[in-house]
Amino acid sequence: MRPDFLTIEQWVKPNSRILDLGCGDGALLKFLQQKKQVRSLGVEIDASNIATCIGNGIDVIEQDLDQGLANFADNSFDTVLLTQTLQAVHRPDFVLQEMLRVGKECIITFPNFGHWQARKYLLTRGKMPVSKFMPHEWYNTPNIHFCTVNDFEVLCEQRDISVLHRNFQAANYRDATASRPSAFSPIIDRWPNLFAAQAVYHVTS
Amino acid sequence: MKADRIKSNSEAVASGQYDAADKSSVGLVETQHFFYDQPFRTSSGRDLPSIELAYETYGALNSDGRNAVLVCHALSGDHHAAGYHHSDDKKPGWWNHYIGPGKAIDTDRFYVVSVNNLGGCSGSTGPSSINPSTQAPWGPDFPTLRVRDWVASQHLLMGHLGIGQWAAVIGGSLGGMQALRWALEYPALLRHCVVLASAMKLTAQNIGFNNTARTAITNDPDFHDGRYYDHQTRPKNGLAIARMIGHITYLSGDLMGERFGRELRAGSFTQGVESHLEFQVESYLRHQGDKFAASFDANTYLLMLRALDYFDLAREYGDDPVTAFREAQCKFFVASFTSDWRFSPVRSREMVDALIAAEKPVSYVEIESSLGHDSFLLPVPRYQTVFSAYMRKISEEYEMKGGE
Repeated sequence: MRPDFLTIEQWVKPNSRILDLGCGDGALLKFLQQKKQVRSLGVEIDASNIATCIGNGIDVIEQDLDQGLANFADNSFDTVLLTQTLQAVHRPDFVLQEMLRVGKECIITFPNFGHWQARKYLLTRGKMPVSKFMPHEWYNTPNIHFCTVNDFEVLCEQRDISVLHRNFQAANYRDATASRPSAFSPIIDRWPNLFAAQAVYHVTS
Repeated sequence: MKADRIKSNSEAVASGQYDAADKSSVGLVETQHFFYDQPFRTSSGRDLPSIELAYETYGALNSDGRNAVLVCHALSGDHHAAGYHHSDDKKPGWWNHYIGPGKAIDTDRFYVVSVNNLGGCSGSTGPSSINPSTQAPWGPDFPTLRVRDWVASQHLLMGHLGIGQWAAVIGGSLGGMQALRWALEYPALLRHCVVLASAMKLTAQNIGFNNTARTAITNDPDFHDGRYYDHQTRPKNGLAIARMIGHITYLSGDLMGERFGRELRAGSFTQGVESHLEFQVESYLRHQGDKFAASFDANTYLLMLRALDYFDLAREYGDDPVTAFREAQCKFFVASFTSDWRFSPVRSREMVDALIAAEKPVSYVEIESSLGHDSFLLPVPRYQTVFSAYMRKISEEYEMKGGE
C-alpha cells in the first residue's frame, strides 16, 4: 500500500463524502471505505482503471479532469482527493481551484521534483531524471507539470490556499514501510524540498 | 465482399442460427402469458378491463428470490430478448449478445424477466387486441400509454412471479427510461438501475424525428385513421418509411459511410448509358423498412413513439431531476456511446450529474463506438467488459447475502 494512503486516512473524517480525482483502480477509495466508512465517488479517464473500479464496487465517473468539474456543485464533498495526479493534468492551478470549490477540504499528494536524487541526476548527467520513482522518459511521461515542495508552497500562498497539514515522505512511495517514522524523519521535515520524495498536503480555501 | 458485410451487419442484432451445442446461449425458450383480470387504470385515466402480458424468463430464481432482474425493451423490441423459439429460427432474441450463460446478464447467476410492453404487438394487450366492449380491435381507441404504465404493469407481473425485489432493472434507450421510472416509482423494489444509451427526456430534435415517422404512418392511405384492421389492410408503406427514418438515426453517419459509402447495388454512371441506379444504402434501408412493416403493428409503433416523446423523468418533481432522484434508493449504472446522436452522451451526463447532486451512488462510462445508438444492442468489447463487471458485482452482493 502506498504510504500516502495512511496519511490521508488520518485526515479523512468517518462517514464523510469523498471525491477522488484520478482515482486509478479505486484502491484508495476502497481503503477509505473499509477504514472510515466514507461515501465515495471516483473520477477517472482510463478505461481499464474504470473497469477495475466497477468490478470492485467503487462508484466511478468517466470524466476528463482537464475539462474542469463544472458538473460538481460548490462544497458538495467533504474532502476532494488528488493523489499523484496534479503533475499529470494540463492546468494544475485550474484543477486545484476547482477542487477547492467542490470540496470543503482537499488532500493533494505529488512527487517532489526538488528531491536531492533528482537534482543530482540532472546535475551529473544533465538529463531529465529517470528512476524507479519517476520511471518515464521526458518524451513519454504522463507527468507534464512536475513541481517541487517549494513551488507548491508558493502557489498556495499566491492563491490564498490555507495549508491545514503537511506530510513529507521519503524514498519509494510504493513501499509502505517508508512512511514509518525513521531516523531520517526529522531531516526530511526540516528540509522537505531536498529530502521528501513525496509530499502530502491537506488544504482548504 | 461489401454486400456480405452489409447483410451480416444488418442482422447484427442477431448472432446467428440456433446451435444446440452453444453453451453461451439460453437455448430454446418459451413465451409465457400473464393475465390480469382486473381493470388496469392507465396514466391517462382510462381503464383497460383486463390486461395480458407476454413475457419470457431465463435462468432460475434463487430460493431467496434475490437474483431476479427485469429487462425492459426499447421502441420496437419485445419480450423475446434471448434464445430461440424454434430450432430453425434464423436469429435469437434481440439482446442475445448480453443475456446468456457467462454473458453480461449471466443466466447462470440471474433470473431474467423480459416483458412485451403493454400496448405491444407481440402477445401483450395492445391496439391490435380485441376490445371486449366492441368485439373488434382497439385500434386508435386504445388508451395512450406512458412509461409509468409499463412500469406499473411490470410491477403486477413481479407480484405474480413472487419476486419481492429486483436485483436490477435494466434497459437501453426507451428501456432505460423504464428503469429510471422504476427507481422513482418503486424505490424499495430494486437494488440497481442500469440505464444504457438513454435520457431523462427527449430533445426537440428527437421529437421531430418521431413525429416525422408518425406522419409517414398516418398519411399512408391504408392507415384509415388507425382502423386498418377493419379494412383488411395495413399501412405498410408508411410504417416502412417510419422505420427507415428511425434506422438512419440509430446509426452514425460514419458507420453508414463505412458500410455503404456510395456503392451502387444496380446500374452504372457510365456516360451515354441510361440505367436504373440504386445505391446500396437505398436497398438496405428498404429491406429494413419492409421487414419491419411486415411484422410490426403500426398503432403499436405510434403508441411507443408517443410514450417516448411524453417521458420526462422530472415532470412531477418540479422539473428538477435532482429532486426526482432523491426518491431513489438504488445504485445506478449509466453508459453512453460516443457516436450516439439520438441519445447522446450529453443526455447521460445530465442524468449522472443530477444523480451526483442528489448524492446517489452512480457509475458512468462513455464508450467509444462508431455504431451509433444501436451500440447498446451490439457487441462492443469495452461495453461488454464494464457491463459484465457491474453485473458480476451485483451477483456477488446477493450471493454474499445468501451465504449469511
